[in-house]
Amino acid sequence: MSETTLGGIAGRMPKFIRRADPAVLTAFACIVVLLLVGSVYSRSFLSPEYLLQQLKVASFLGVIATGMMLVILLGQIDLSVPWSVAAGAMMACAAAAYGPAGVALAITFGIFCGVLIGIVNGIGVAYMRIPSMIITLATNAVSQGLMVVYTGGFSPQDSATGAMRYLATGFTIPGVPNAVIIWALIGAVMVFVLTRTGFGRAVYGIGNRERAAYLSGVDTRRVVMIAFAVSGGLSAFGGVLLAGYASKAAQSMGDAYLLPSIAAVVLGGTSILGGRGSYLGTVAGVILITLLQSILSVMQMPEAGRQIIYGVVIVAMLLLYGRAPASR
Amino acid sequence: MKDWRYWLAEQRGTLLALGIFIVMFVIYTSNHPAGFTANVVQTAANKGVLLAFVAMAQTLVVITSGIDLSVGMIFLLTNCLASWLVVGTPIQTTLGVIAVLAAGLLCGAINGAIVIYGRLQPIVATIATGAVYYGIGLLLRPFPGGSVNEDLADALTGRLFDLVPASLVVLLAVVLLIWVPFSRSVLGRAAYAAGSSETAAYMSGVPIRRGKFAAYTLAGLLAAIGGLFLTFFTYTGEAAYASGNAYTLFSIAAVVLGGVSLFGGKGSAIGAIFGALAFRTIGDLLFVFDFDPLWQPLFQGVILLVAVSLGAFALFRVRNRLEWFL
Repeated sequence: MSETTLGGIAGRMPKFIRRADPAVLTAFACIVVLLLVGSVYSRSFLSPEYLLQQLKVASFLGVIATGMMLVILLGQIDLSVPWSVAAGAMMACAAAAYGPAGVALAITFGIFCGVLIGIVNGIGVAYMRIPSMIITLATNAVSQGLMVVYTGGFSPQDSATGAMRYLATGFTIPGVPNAVIIWALIGAVMVFVLTRTGFGRAVYGIGNRERAAYLSGVDTRRVVMIAFAVSGGLSAFGGVLLAGYASKAAQSMGDAYLLPSIAAVVLGGTSILGGRGSYLGTVAGVILITLLQSILSVMQMPEAGRQIIYGVVIVAMLLLYGRAPASR
Repeated sequence: MKDWRYWLAEQRGTLLALGIFIVMFVIYTSNHPAGFTANVVQTAANKGVLLAFVAMAQTLVVITSGIDLSVGMIFLLTNCLASWLVVGTPIQTTLGVIAVLAAGLLCGAINGAIVIYGRLQPIVATIATGAVYYGIGLLLRPFPGGSVNEDLADALTGRLFDLVPASLVVLLAVVLLIWVPFSRSVLGRAAYAAGSSETAAYMSGVPIRRGKFAAYTLAGLLAAIGGLFLTFFTYTGEAAYASGNAYTLFSIAAVVLGGVSLFGGKGSAIGAIFGALAFRTIGDLLFVFDFDPLWQPLFQGVILLVAVSLGAFALFRVRNRLEWFL
């Protein structure tokens, strides 16, 4: 599927619509509805500045959801997102305490820590055949423990470096926040990998039937492990960007990203059983979730209401198009 | 083979968990400054029983080869509910307890309905319903507070005849009244059968849907009993996100330690209870040996990681490489 080139869409509109996933179309339709609802609440909701701000906030979730999508396409799940995000952010900030070299390598070190968490997940899932939700919960607990021990209950060095702040809030191209550019770059690479490389094909193959992929000569275990490592790295990178955005790292900063990242992927039409889904859908899911959050906060909905609406929306959307086939 | 050998093979996980628990508890009490006294046992029992109820709830779902990531949140929600309802005269208190248990049943039934009749993946469905339950809990108790009938609370968290912790007696009663009848009923067998091979069970005409639904619903009830006990210990209700998540996580650790297979169809809630007690005792060992409490989350995480990795030993028995991929 090559729905990335905007120019090509207009030329073959009917074919594009025919080929499009109904889930992706539903997600985009929901985005339009949300925008209309939002504009009723506030005049400024449709202004370019506000929308760009939303896109910037969405890009943090977008980066994290990209990794989650790769794992979900395999038919697995990564529940270690909360503390991968926090570990990435905290380790990047911590590295900055070690002189100029530390500052220069801060972002790399943060991502490296996320990749390490991902590799442990990958070894557990691919080589030790432990169910992914269990091993990722366990690594999540271990990284939480490591972070608690490291900080010792207080924060030694928790302010973000200039580079991190620039990545998250700066402008290289006037008018377009850097975070959005980063998300676009990562998204483009992801689309390329998924649609144009053997790795991407192997990911879809494993998601459909790992046995068949293995018998066709794919080193499925390596593919699974790489996917988990990438997911960990992207979660940590999301954490680094978040730390740059808030200009500091906090322990619980990742908690708010587990459910939204899974929801964004699933609402975008990627099958939770693996093997089916497009990146365009994930983009739609991320924007949908961000707009939903934004509207709920414009309506001054308390945290409790937000959680309830989240859960209900996800279950409702899943019931619409995420159901498993009946056992017959 | 003789009958007792079959029995031994079936109960191996449970017996192993019992063994781990006894060893850990002996190490714990022998190094505890106060030693093996009724007070130490009572405190340990009260802490352990909370996790034991949640772990039993998790077991019921895991046996059907599902997973319930909302048990911790049902536990929190019922805690918040109990801090409103379980107060006043004995009659009011009784009605309150019934209402709290009914709420737990309802939460479990909703999970079951979504997973079985809605045909959604248990992981995602229960994460989402968990968010809803947490939200409702937060709505009930935006700030920690509330109260509970203290006579009842003290009776259930105290000691019977000044010797046996009352909470252990309640745990035993719950096992005898809920787990034993369930596991010996047709529905319980259907839950086991659905866990070990859903297709085969379906083909044999086993009522798998009803069995799984009963398992999810009873899981909600057991989590609610846990929530009720949390209220009895703390006298308050609190919707703490981290605590709900921790209980979900620890319940999985307890289930694994208790010899329940995460692939379903194998294990028992009694094993999970010993797993929960062992997990709590291991966590508390740090305090006895005067470690910094900061290390506790890491220590518990590592135990969980090691416990789930033990399952990988089954790979050595795999003859055909295709059996890697279930």
